[in-house]
Amino acid sequence: MRVFFVGNGGEIQWCFSQVKGTVEEDVTEADIISCVEYNDDGELLATGDKGGRVVIFQRDQSGKSNLHHCRGEYNVYSTFQSHEPEFDYLKSLEIEEKINKIRWLKRANPAHFLLSTNDKTVKLWKVSERDRRPEGYNLKDDSGLMRDPTSITTLRVPVFKPMELMVEASPRRVFANAHTYHINSISVNSDQETYMSADDLRINLWHLEITDQSFNIVDIKPANMEELTEVITAAEFHPSECSLFVYSSSKGTVRLCDMRSQALCDKHAKMFEEPEDPSNRSFFSEIISSISDVKFSHNGRYMITRDYLSVKVWDLQMDTKPIETYQVHEYLRSKLCALYENDCIFDKFECSWSGNDRHIMTGSYNNFFRMFDRESKRDVTLEASRDNMKPKQVLKARKVCTAGKRKKDEISVDCLDFSKKILHTAWHPVENVIAVAATNNLYLFQSKD
Amino acid sequence: MDSEEQTPTETKAEGFAEPKEVAPESKERIEKEQEAKLHSKYPGIRGPGSSAFLQKRFFKGQKYFDSGDYQMAKAQTGQMKQMKQSTPLILPGPTGSAIPTPETVPHRKSSLIQSKLAAGQS
Repeated sequence: MRVFFVGNGGEIQWCFSQVKGTVEEDVTEADIISCVEYNDDGELLATGDKGGRVVIFQRDQSGKSNLHHCRGEYNVYSTFQSHEPEFDYLKSLEIEEKINKIRWLKRANPAHFLLSTNDKTVKLWKVSERDRRPEGYNLKDDSGLMRDPTSITTLRVPVFKPMELMVEASPRRVFANAHTYHINSISVNSDQETYMSADDLRINLWHLEITDQSFNIVDIKPANMEELTEVITAAEFHPSECSLFVYSSSKGTVRLCDMRSQALCDKHAKMFEEPEDPSNRSFFSEIISSISDVKFSHNGRYMITRDYLSVKVWDLQMDTKPIETYQVHEYLRSKLCALYENDCIFDKFECSWSGNDRHIMTGSYNNFFRMFDRESKRDVTLEASRDNMKPKQVLKARKVCTAGKRKKDEISVDCLDFSKKILHTAWHPVENVIAVAATNNLYLFQSKD
Repeated sequence: MDSEEQTPTETKAEGFAEPKEVAPESKERIEKEQEAKLHSKYPGIRGPGSSAFLQKRFFKGQKYFDSGDYQMAKAQTGQMKQMKQSTPLILPGPTGSAIPTPETVPHRKSSLIQSKLAAGQS
């Protein structure tokens, strides 16, 4: 790996790399991307959409890109229909096929495995390559037709001959009927044998080999539903401690649980909550404090939480308050009434860590996304737009102005397009390469280097 | 002014209209203002703490009377999409409200309508 000292203190300058998807006036709802996830070496990038389909991109491995000093491009590797719409006959409710989350397993053999989930069912998919086929059968001829056994005079040994690469995806496990409420998260344990699925009120632990049983490890459903005050919004296993996991709530808390302490982890080992003066509370306080995403850092010592207006960094050793807070779009605080009316206040934004845990990324509106450098304390707003498609050109920083005086190139809060939301983003596990989902388009950016 | 050459910090120092830190008191004031606005528009509005508010989340997805109702609604939307795209039809009417003939029954939705992300290369 070459290291260039560019004198900017290790800050990243982002450039456009690729964009996938079509430009359409009326976006087909099925094409809206609902999740983005790199596998653990970053060679594969999976996306799920509202139509229940998964598209996997693979980095160009031919090596020719090294000549141009740029990283390989991602191209389509495999695509398949993961989930179909279903109808719950008992409740007379439609079950959407939208893929809520995709999580990859660590690679253990030539095939790739991923978990994909909709509101009710988790599936384990095997994605494997076939580049050879057997030829030279005795009883069949090369087109597959049976040969007349009496016409065979000599025997031959079938051999594998190379063929054009075929990538096949097959469902290996279907984990169904374990969730009454809508699944919002799945997370693979570091043991690579178990995983958890979380819905609004419960979290279940599964073994990847067993589909007809699942252990309930968290249950916050009150005996009387009238007493319901909070729901589970996200959950994740610790990256290296196989007994630890966290789950976040709609009240802005994160609970850390240790599965060694008891079978049902309703009692948390630690609860992370920022104290708030009760007299400061408004109608919106609880809604905007609801955590939409929680992610452990790669080193396992920290976690980030995303609420409506900010991203907070927590030290797992300190549950009293976050160690860092970054404002994503504070200018929206004066628009909360309107955002409540158009339901945008309930949008669930994800957040991501860079491979070295130094940077944080999260999305916003108007196809803007925000990057925070924890070391330099600098932040920048960038835009996912087809207007900036020149490779090697550093993306221009965007600015939103609140007060009347709008400078050139700034955009006023009132002009932001709230239908262009960047909810799903992913950061390559090692390199400074990011994937940003903007409605039905997937943008890939990389650092200038 | 060539903004491409500026680092993010320089641009920010120059004309960043928004203060980096908003004082907690003014955050509270802004929120209360927004709350007052909301209450003036919707006087009877229920707070987010109530279980009814939370339970609304559980019924994501449209509720249908029964599975027949669901199938008919699906057939209708399929029909509507086709109607939007094609010229005036000779069909006797959308499926579900008239006795179907082989020509009017919509075909089963293809499971592999390929994602446009997979189709294009760029």
